[in-house]
Amino acid sequence: MKQYILKRLLLIIPVLIGITIITFSIIHLTPGGFVRTNMEMNVKVSPDSMERLKVLYGLDKPLYEQYFKWVWRFIRFDFGESFIDNRPVLDKVLERLPATLLLNLVSLAVIFFLGIIIGVTSALKRNTFYDRFMTLFTFVGYSVPTFWLALILMMLFAVIWPILPVSGITSFNFDVMSLGEQVADVIWHLILPVFITAFGGLAYISRYVKSSMIESLTQQYTIAAYAKGLPENKIIYKNALKNSLLPVITLLGLSLPGLIGGSFIFETIFAWPGMGRLAYESAMTFDYPVIMGTVTMAAFLTLLGNLIADISYALVDPRIRYK
Amino acid sequence: MNKMIMTGAIAAVLLILSAIAAPLLTSYDYKTQDISIRLSSPDTKHIFGTDELGRDVFSRMLYGARISMTVGIIAVLISALIGILLGSVAGYFGGLIDNIIMRFVDIMLTIPTLFLILMLIVFLGPSIINVMIIIGLTSWTDIARLIRAEVMSVKKLAYVDAAKLIGLRKRTIIFKHIMPNILGPIFVYMTFGISGAILTESGLSFLGLGVQPPYPSWGNILTAGKDYIHTAWWMVFYPGLAIFIAVFSYNILGEGLRDYFNPRLKKENK
Repeated sequence: MKQYILKRLLLIIPVLIGITIITFSIIHLTPGGFVRTNMEMNVKVSPDSMERLKVLYGLDKPLYEQYFKWVWRFIRFDFGESFIDNRPVLDKVLERLPATLLLNLVSLAVIFFLGIIIGVTSALKRNTFYDRFMTLFTFVGYSVPTFWLALILMMLFAVIWPILPVSGITSFNFDVMSLGEQVADVIWHLILPVFITAFGGLAYISRYVKSSMIESLTQQYTIAAYAKGLPENKIIYKNALKNSLLPVITLLGLSLPGLIGGSFIFETIFAWPGMGRLAYESAMTFDYPVIMGTVTMAAFLTLLGNLIADISYALVDPRIRYK
Repeated sequence: MNKMIMTGAIAAVLLILSAIAAPLLTSYDYKTQDISIRLSSPDTKHIFGTDELGRDVFSRMLYGARISMTVGIIAVLISALIGILLGSVAGYFGGLIDNIIMRFVDIMLTIPTLFLILMLIVFLGPSIINVMIIIGLTSWTDIARLIRAEVMSVKKLAYVDAAKLIGLRKRTIIFKHIMPNILGPIFVYMTFGISGAILTESGLSFLGLGVQPPYPSWGNILTAGKDYIHTAWWMVFYPGLAIFIAVFSYNILGEGLRDYFNPRLKKENK
């Protein structure tokens, strides 16, 4: 097992190098380099900070030297300072990280919980009305543009039926609440965003669980269990379910990039103080260091998600380890 | 042909036709403003109401359909081209070339696509052309992996060996002899790809990072509508419904095609 984890960790290195090359090339895509572009577009940048930036990014040096210097900063998590308020990019990204993680992890939990239930029940009631309804329901969720659904629900809850908050993560009087009230308040604000994210993500998981469940119900060990005379409940929930949920673990890590990727459209609508909204705000103000910082952090989270998925899969399925 | 293919195909064709025939279906154009009737609710003259500048929402949606559909289709063509090329080369040659291409795919998969798109748009500037190209350049990984797997399984067949034996060029073998056998999965991918690209474009345009005014797109009509959700629901409801219908019909079409091309799934459904 140790060997497997080590091997898996080593595999990250080439991917990390690749990420730095792609990000670096995009920075240098703009003619004249991004410092000049920024200068032309942003009146807030003084010639003085321009010079500091040029030194910071070493734009007068040859490209390969710039790259290695940049990577050296990257390794130490030094992404420079924001053009807007001169604060370190890392601080700005890190303070936005909890809100994004909270929203995505809660959504992920809801998606997997409901997805597995829908998948398993659909597999057991194959080709019934329930199965068809669930297929259609999850399919609609998959096709509906989340930002539109968000607007429609905001219209409903803010204008017609004001029972749920439609923006932000806390109420205006959050600071004077007791701890219990604060937790309840955040949960209250999570309901709409989580509902919309989960609705969109259900199709993928439930379909996967369904076909995986159908497959294990037709396997020989299931037939053997029936032949042995085991009660049906035990066969379904102990043997078949356990085996069909194994591959689902890998989906956990794999669905993270999609959720994080979608978060900037979503967080912007809901005024959710997360990383996605930070990326959008910095894009609108041409705050390049912060954009780079958020992209790198998003890639880093994805990498971490995949790593966790692979390792947990190897933990539960010995066949992977010894390949 | 199954019901899903028919429903999806009819809806998709109707959408494309109404986009092409926009001038015949409405007597207004997308940019004529009339402040005197701004934000008027749907009636017989303006069936989907008017926007904050008094423009006919229905006409803007029809012309927006032209742009959204074009962006979706061109973006998918770009990504399919890249994906087919890289995937077939990786699958056919294997070894080191395969390894290099697939590691590149891994790297692309690690950077969340929308963040990559956001970054590129900020550096290159938002415009219809840029949005098409950027969506195309960032969404080819799925099809590359798919084509690679398909090519790897088809190249083991005897007829490919025969083609090699009579001395055909590799390019000819890949594109003339292997490709026709994997057209099914390519079609399936492209159908889903169009719906994905339409969704991405409308999301970007909604945030002001895609199609720029005065050109209408389903996404940027919604942007204006967002400021009037308290008063003018039609500016939010109809454009979003159009996006949903377009995405839904392409998804159904893709789903139907997948069942059609996959005999194993067909058996399971019976």
